[in-house]
Amino acid sequence: MTRAAAPAVVPVSPLRRAAARFLANPTTGIGIILCVLVALSAILAPLIAPHDPIEQNVVEQLRPPGGDHPLGTDYFGRDVLSRILWGGRISLIVSLTAIAAAIAIGGAIGMISGYVGGRFDTFVMQVMDVLLSFPSLILGLIVVALLGPDLVNLVVAIGLTAIAPFARIARAPVLALKERAFVEAGRALGYSHARILFVHILPNILSEVLVMGSLWMATAVRTEASLSFIGLGVKPPTPTWGGMMRDGFENILDAPWLAIFPGIAILLLVLGLNMVGDGLRDATDPKLRAE
Amino acid sequence: MPLLEVDGLVKHFTVTRGFPRPVTTTVRAVDGVSFSVRRGEAYGLVGESGCGKSTVARAVLRLIEPDGGTVRFDGADVRAARGETLARLRRRMQIIFQDPYSSLNPRRTIGQALTEPMRVHGLASGRAARDRAAALLDEVGMPPSALDRYPHEFSGGQRQRIGIARALTVEPELLIADEPVSALDVSVQAQVLLLLRDLQKRRNLAFVFVSHDLGVVRWFCDRVAVMYLGRIVEEGEVGAVFTEPLHPYARMLRDASPVPDPAGRGVLPRIVGEIPSAANPPSGCHFHPRCPHARDACRAAYPSWRRRGERGAACVLV
Amino acid sequence: MIGFAVRRLIAAAPTLIAVLTLVFVIVRIVPGDPALVILGDQATPEAIAALRARLGLDRPLHEQYLEFLFASLTGDFGTSLVTGRPIVSEVAAVLPHTLDLTAAAMLIGTVVGVPVGIWAALHRNRAIDVAARILSLLGLSFPVFVSGIFLLLLFALHWRIFPVIGNADLADPVDRLHKLVLPAITLGLVMAAYITRVTRSAMLHVLSEDFIRTARAKGVPWRAVVWRHGLRNALIPVVTVVGLYVGILIGNSVLTEIVFNRPGLGKIIVGALNQRDYAMLQGLMVIYCFLIVVVNLITDLTYGLIDPRVKHA
Repeated sequence: MTRAAAPAVVPVSPLRRAAARFLANPTTGIGIILCVLVALSAILAPLIAPHDPIEQNVVEQLRPPGGDHPLGTDYFGRDVLSRILWGGRISLIVSLTAIAAAIAIGGAIGMISGYVGGRFDTFVMQVMDVLLSFPSLILGLIVVALLGPDLVNLVVAIGLTAIAPFARIARAPVLALKERAFVEAGRALGYSHARILFVHILPNILSEVLVMGSLWMATAVRTEASLSFIGLGVKPPTPTWGGMMRDGFENILDAPWLAIFPGIAILLLVLGLNMVGDGLRDATDPKLRAE
Repeated sequence: MPLLEVDGLVKHFTVTRGFPRPVTTTVRAVDGVSFSVRRGEAYGLVGESGCGKSTVARAVLRLIEPDGGTVRFDGADVRAARGETLARLRRRMQIIFQDPYSSLNPRRTIGQALTEPMRVHGLASGRAARDRAAALLDEVGMPPSALDRYPHEFSGGQRQRIGIARALTVEPELLIADEPVSALDVSVQAQVLLLLRDLQKRRNLAFVFVSHDLGVVRWFCDRVAVMYLGRIVEEGEVGAVFTEPLHPYARMLRDASPVPDPAGRGVLPRIVGEIPSAANPPSGCHFHPRCPHARDACRAAYPSWRRRGERGAACVLV
Repeated sequence: MIGFAVRRLIAAAPTLIAVLTLVFVIVRIVPGDPALVILGDQATPEAIAALRARLGLDRPLHEQYLEFLFASLTGDFGTSLVTGRPIVSEVAAVLPHTLDLTAAAMLIGTVVGVPVGIWAALHRNRAIDVAARILSLLGLSFPVFVSGIFLLLLFALHWRIFPVIGNADLADPVDRLHKLVLPAITLGLVMAAYITRVTRSAMLHVLSEDFIRTARAKGVPWRAVVWRHGLRNALIPVVTVVGLYVGILIGNSVLTEIVFNRPGLGKIIVGALNQRDYAMLQGLMVIYCFLIVVVNLITDLTYGLIDPRVKHA
C-alpha cells in the first residue's frame, strides 16, 4: 500500500519541525557556538589580533604564555595567539572552497548519473568507487606534492578527495525520487530533463547533501591541517594551524605551548563542525525520527 | 478519425542475471496491443495487476519508450515525434497518477505546481497564470487559498484533485488516468469519479481509464478492453462486455468482482489458478492453464481475434 | 561460498586496473617535466635526458601506460630514484612496523568500540549513551597528529612512561611492544571512535526491527534477544564500515609514524616527497592500491561469512 508509507499529515512544515529538533539538541548548540566563535575570530583577525602574525622579533623568542603574549611566542618571537587567529583564515578558506566545489561537482555528477541510470550510471559510479578507495590523505598528499603547495592546489587536492563521497550522497536519493510520480508528471507536462533535475529533484536532496557538507568540512579542516603539518600546506611565513603544530613539534622539549594551542584550535573547529553535522543529521534523518 | 490510435504496441523489459553465464529474461509486458479512442470517449483498460495495463498507459505517452507498434494522436505519429513536436503532442495528452502522495513535489507550493506548466509552454505567466491556476482549482472543487500551500497540507482526495488540475493546465484533449481512485477511500473515490465525469462532459475530454476495479470502469467508461498477460483478450461496449462476456477470462473477472446485479448473486467466483509470469507465458492462448474450456487448439497457438459486431475477443469459443 | 569468493576476486580485477590507471594519470598530470622537477634548475641537459630515459619518459604515453600496468600487476613496483633499491625491498624492510601499528590500532578500535557501541545502544539516551556519543565525537575530531603530540607530551615527556622515539628493535618483543603502545593508542582511539558510532547506530537499527519485537513477544529473555538476534545482525554493517575505514587508518598511520618517528610506510612516503622521488611515490601508491583492494576483498568475504544471504546472491 502506497498510502501507508506516506507521512502523516501534521500541520507544521517539516522544515520547522527539523529546526525545533535541531535546537533542542544541546550538542548542536555547542557545535554552532564553537563554529561561530572560530569563524568570527578568523574574520576579525586583523582587528583583534594583538600582534603582527608574521613580523619576527628575536628579543621575544620562545616566551612562555603570559603577559603581553597570552599564548606565548614562537622561535622567531611571533605571537602565538595572533598566529592562531590568522591561521584560522587559511583553514576556513581552504575547507569551505574545497567542500563547496566538491558539493557542486560531485553533487552534479551523482545527480546526473542517478537520473540517467543504466550503464552510464554503473560506469560513473565505478569511477567514483575508484576515487573513493584511495585514502583521502594519501591522495591529497600526492596531489599537493605533484602540483606544488599553495592555496589553490590545496583546495584542488582536498576538493578532489570529497567529490566521490558527494556523488554517492547525491545519487542515492535521486534513484528513489526519479521513480516518484511527480517526476513522471513533469515529463508528461513536457519539462526538460534539466528542469526536472535541477528545479524538481535538487531541492529534495539539498538538505541531505548540506548535512554531509558540514561533516565533510570537518574532514577538510583536518586534512588541510595534516597536510600543513607534513609540510605541504600554504608556504611559511603565512600562519597555518598545521604549520604551527609542525614548528611546535620541532621545539616540543623547550616550548610545548607551541604545539598545544594550535592543536586545541584545530580540535575546537573540527569538533564544532562534527557536532553541527551530527545534530543536523539527527534532525533530518527520518529513520531516527520514527522512534 | 479517432483521437488516439494504438496499433500493435509492444514493450519488453529485459533482465540479465547470473554468473558466470548471465541469463537474459525478457518480460513481454505489452505484447501487441491495439485499440482506438474517439474524441470525448471514455475507454477503459482492465485486468489483474501485472497484466501490462499501466505500461500501455505510459508507453502511449512515451514516458517509457515502446519497442514496437505505432501510436497516433490526432493523426500525428507519437513515436516519431522529437523535441518541440513531442512537447506539443504531450501537451495535448496528460496523465493522472494512482498515488496522490508521490505525484506532487513536496517542496513546491500548489501555485508553483500549477503555474509552471503554463510558463514552460508559454500559455500564461505571472498574474495571468495565477488567475488561471485559481480558476482551475475552482473547477476541481478546491479553494484559491490552496495556491500558497504545500502538498503535505492536503488529504489524498484533495491532492488527487490538485493532480487533476495540474493535468488540465495545458488544456489536454486526452487524459490517461492510471488507477486514479484506487488509492483513495471509498467515500472519496465517488467524489473524484464524479469530478472526472463532470470534466469529461464539460471539456469534451477523451479518457484512457486504467483500473482493476470493474465497478468503477463500468460506471465511468463507454468502451472497455480486458487485458491478460500483455494482450487484449476482449473489447467492446462496457455494458455488453460485463453482462455477457465472450472470453472466459473476462467472465472470470466479472464473476469475481462485486457487480450490483441481483441475477448474478449467489454465483461463486470461479477463480482457477494464479496469474502466470509474463516472463514465461504459457504456450498458445496464455489463459489456457486456467481456462475451464481449454482444448488442444488453445495449447497449440494463440487464438486469432474474432469480431462480433462492435465487439471482439481472442478466443476459439467466439 | 567459494563461488562467491571467486566472483568477488574477478570483480576486483577491473577495480585494481582502474585504480592503477588513476595512479598513472595522477603522476603524469604534474605540470612541466618531471625530470626537471626532480633534478632542479641547475641540471645539465645531458643529466635531464639521461633521467628521462631512465624513467621511460621519452617513450610514447600508451607504451608507458601498458608497461606500468604490466609491471605493477606482476609485482614490479619500480626502483627508488634516491637509493637505487627496488621499492618492494624498501617497503618490506619497514612493513612489519606499519603492520604492527595498524593491527594494534584495529584491535584497540574493535575491542573498545564494539562493546561501548552495544552498551550505549542498550542504554539509549541515558548518561552512558550520552557520554559514549560525546567521547566518540571527540575521538574522531582529534587529528591524529594532534592527539599523538598531546599523548607524547603527557606520557613521554611529562611522566616519562613511554619512549619518545619509536624505532623499535623488531627482534626484541618487549621493546617492540613498549614502543608500540603510544602510537597504537593514538591511532586506536580514532578507530574506536568510528567503530563505537557505527556499532551503536547499527545496534539501534536492529533493535527497532520487527523480528526483535517478535522474539521478545515470544518470551525470549532480553539478554538472549540481544546476543542471539541483535548482535549478529548488527555486526554486518559494522564489518562493512570497518572495511571502509581502512583508508582512514592508512592515512592516519602516516601521521602517527611521523609524530612518533616510527619507521614505516608513512615515513617512506614523506621522505620520497621531500627528495622528489617520484618513482618511489608511484610505487607506494600502487602498493596502497593493492592493499585497499585486498582489504575490500577481505571485507566482502567476511560479510559473506556473517550474512548467509550474500552467499546465494
